[in-house]
Amino acid sequence: MSAVTPSVAHADASGRLATLRWSRFETLFWLVPVAGFFLFPKYLTLGSQILIMGVFALSLDLILGYARIITLGHAAFFGLGAYTAGLLARYGWGEPLSGLAAAAAVAAVAGWVTSFLIVRGQDLTRLIVTMGIGLMLFEAANQAAWLTGGVDGLSGVEMGKIFGMFGFGLSGRTAYVYSLVVLFGVFGLVRTLVRSPFGLSLKGIREGEKRMPAIGVSVRRKLTAVYTIGAGIAGIAGALLAQTTQFVGIDVFGFQRSAEIMIMLVVGGAGYLYGGLIGTAVFMLLQDYLSNLNPVYWQFWLGLLLVLLVLFARGGLMGGLTALDERWRRRGG
Amino acid sequence: MLANAIGIVFDGLAYGCLLFVISIGLSVTMGLMNFVNLAHGAFAMVGGYACVVAMNRAGVPFLAALPIAFVVSGLAGIVLERLLYRRLYRATHLDQVLFSIGLVFMSIAAATWVFGSQQQPVRLPDYLRGQVHVLGLDLGAYRLFLIALVAVVTVALAMLLEGTRFGASIRASVDNQQASAGLGIDVYRVFSLTFALGSALAGLGGGLGVDVLGLDPTFPLKYMVYFLLVVAVGGAGTIKGPLVAALILGILDVAGKYYVPQIGSFVIYVAMVVMLLLFPSGLFGRRT
Repeated sequence: MSAVTPSVAHADASGRLATLRWSRFETLFWLVPVAGFFLFPKYLTLGSQILIMGVFALSLDLILGYARIITLGHAAFFGLGAYTAGLLARYGWGEPLSGLAAAAAVAAVAGWVTSFLIVRGQDLTRLIVTMGIGLMLFEAANQAAWLTGGVDGLSGVEMGKIFGMFGFGLSGRTAYVYSLVVLFGVFGLVRTLVRSPFGLSLKGIREGEKRMPAIGVSVRRKLTAVYTIGAGIAGIAGALLAQTTQFVGIDVFGFQRSAEIMIMLVVGGAGYLYGGLIGTAVFMLLQDYLSNLNPVYWQFWLGLLLVLLVLFARGGLMGGLTALDERWRRRGG
Repeated sequence: MLANAIGIVFDGLAYGCLLFVISIGLSVTMGLMNFVNLAHGAFAMVGGYACVVAMNRAGVPFLAALPIAFVVSGLAGIVLERLLYRRLYRATHLDQVLFSIGLVFMSIAAATWVFGSQQQPVRLPDYLRGQVHVLGLDLGAYRLFLIALVAVVTVALAMLLEGTRFGASIRASVDNQQASAGLGIDVYRVFSLTFALGSALAGLGGGLGVDVLGLDPTFPLKYMVYFLLVVAVGGAGTIKGPLVAALILGILDVAGKYYVPQIGSFVIYVAMVVMLLLFPSGLFGRRT
C-alpha cells in the first residue's frame, strides 16, 4: 500500500462497475461550494483560491494518482498557463475565456514536448527531469524580467468581461463563480475520462505495465496523453489565477508550488479525484489560519504532517473515508 | 585565456569534489536500498551547522571542527535510520519522496528557528586562505585543500569497498540484495552502517562547503537538485559514477556561470538532461 491508492477502489470492493452517474454524495459535495458563495460572501477571494488550486490538484491527480508519474515540477505548466493568460491580457487581449484556452494550449504543448523525457526512464530520472524543467522555467522567467516582470511579477493584467457581461470586481464574486464553473467543467471532463476505457487502460498500466503491450496498449502513448492533458489542465489553473488576481508572481514556477500541490493532493488522497479537492480545501484553510500565526512553525508542522501521513495514513483523507465506507458496507451489507 | 580556463577547471574540480563528497552517501543509499532520499542535503546542513557552532561558539579550530561535523551527521543518520527510514524500505518511491520532503521541511524550519535565516559566516584558518603558487599558476589554497581532502576520502572509500569484508558485503548487497541475504549477509545492518557513513560524509561535505556553497536553512532545498543530478547521471550504487558526474557538473557549472552568466544555470540542467537521456541508468550505473 502506498500514499497513492488505486482508483475506483470502492466500486471494486462492492462489485459495482464504474458508471458515469453522479452519486448522492457527489451531488452533495458540489452543493458545498455553491452554498459557500451565499454563506461566506466575505471569503470569496479565499474561496476562489481554493477552487483554482482544486483545478491544479485535479491535474496532478491525473498524472500522479492515475498514471503514477512522480513529478516535482508540475508547477511548470501552472506557471506557463499563468504567464500566457497574464501576458495576453497585459498586451491587450483581455477576453478571459480565450485567454484560458490559449493558456491550456500552451501548457498542453509544453506537456507534450516534455512527455518524451518523462515516459522513458525510471522514477529517479523522472523526478529530476521534472524538477529540472521547473527550475529552468523559473530561471527563465527570472532572467526574462523585461517580459515577465521577474521577481516583481507581472502586473497590469487587465481582464475584460466574461461574455461581455460579468466584470472582475473587488467583491470577487465573478472570480468565484468563474472559478467554480471552470472547476466543475474540468472535473466533469476528467471524471468522464477516468471512467472511460482510457481510464481503464491507465489502471492496467498501474497494475501491470509490462503486460499491457500484450493486449495491444501502447503504454508510452497513454502516458504521453495523460501527461499532456494534465499539463493542459494545470495551465488552465494557472490562467485562472492570473485572471482572477490580475497578477502573476514568479513563484508560480517555484518548487514550493510543486511541492505544495503534491502535499495537498496526498493529504486528500491521490487517485480519487475528490481527494485533490478535499485535500486542497483542508490544506488551504489550515494554511490560512496557521501560517499567519507563525510561518516557521507552519513549515515544521507541514513537514511533520507529511512524515506522519506516509508512515501511518497512506491514502490520505479519501483513503480513510473509503476504508470506513468499506467497513460499513461489510457490516451493513 | 588559458590561465582563465585552467582556473575555471580548477574551481570546477573543487566544486565538483565538494558535491561528490556530499552525494556519495546518496548514491550508495539509492543503489543499495533503492531509496529516494531527497533529505540527504539536510544531513549536509547538519554537518555545516555543527562545524559552524563548533568554530564560532566553542572556538574549535577548523580542522578539528570537520571531524565533529562528520560525527554529528553520522549520528543523526543512525538515529533517523533506526527510527524512520527503516520503515520505508519497501514503500513506493512516491512515499519515499513525500517522506523525505517532509524531513526537509522539518529540518529547514528547525534550522531557521535555532539559527535564524541568515547565512552563517565562517572564518577559515589563515593557512587555508589566499593563493598557492603551483606550476606557474596561482590556485586558491582552500580549493586545493578541498580537492586534496576529497581525494584522500575517495581513496579511503575505494579501499573500504574493495579491500574490506564490509566493503564486499556492501558491493554484494548493491548487486543483488536477495542473493546476499541468502548468503547470510545482514543486509539491513549493512544498510544502517552505510547510511550512517553516507550521512557522515555529507556532514563533512557540509562543513567543508560552508565557505564555498554558503550555509543557510534553505541549503537542503537549494542544492537538492545537484545532489540528485550527480547520483542520477553518475549512476546510483557506484563510487566512480558520482565522482565523474560531480566533476563534470562542477566544471560545467563554473564554466557556465563564467562564460555565459545570463544562462549559467541552464547549462547544467540542459547538459544533465541530455546525459540522462543518453544514459538512463547513469554513466556507470546498472540497468535495474
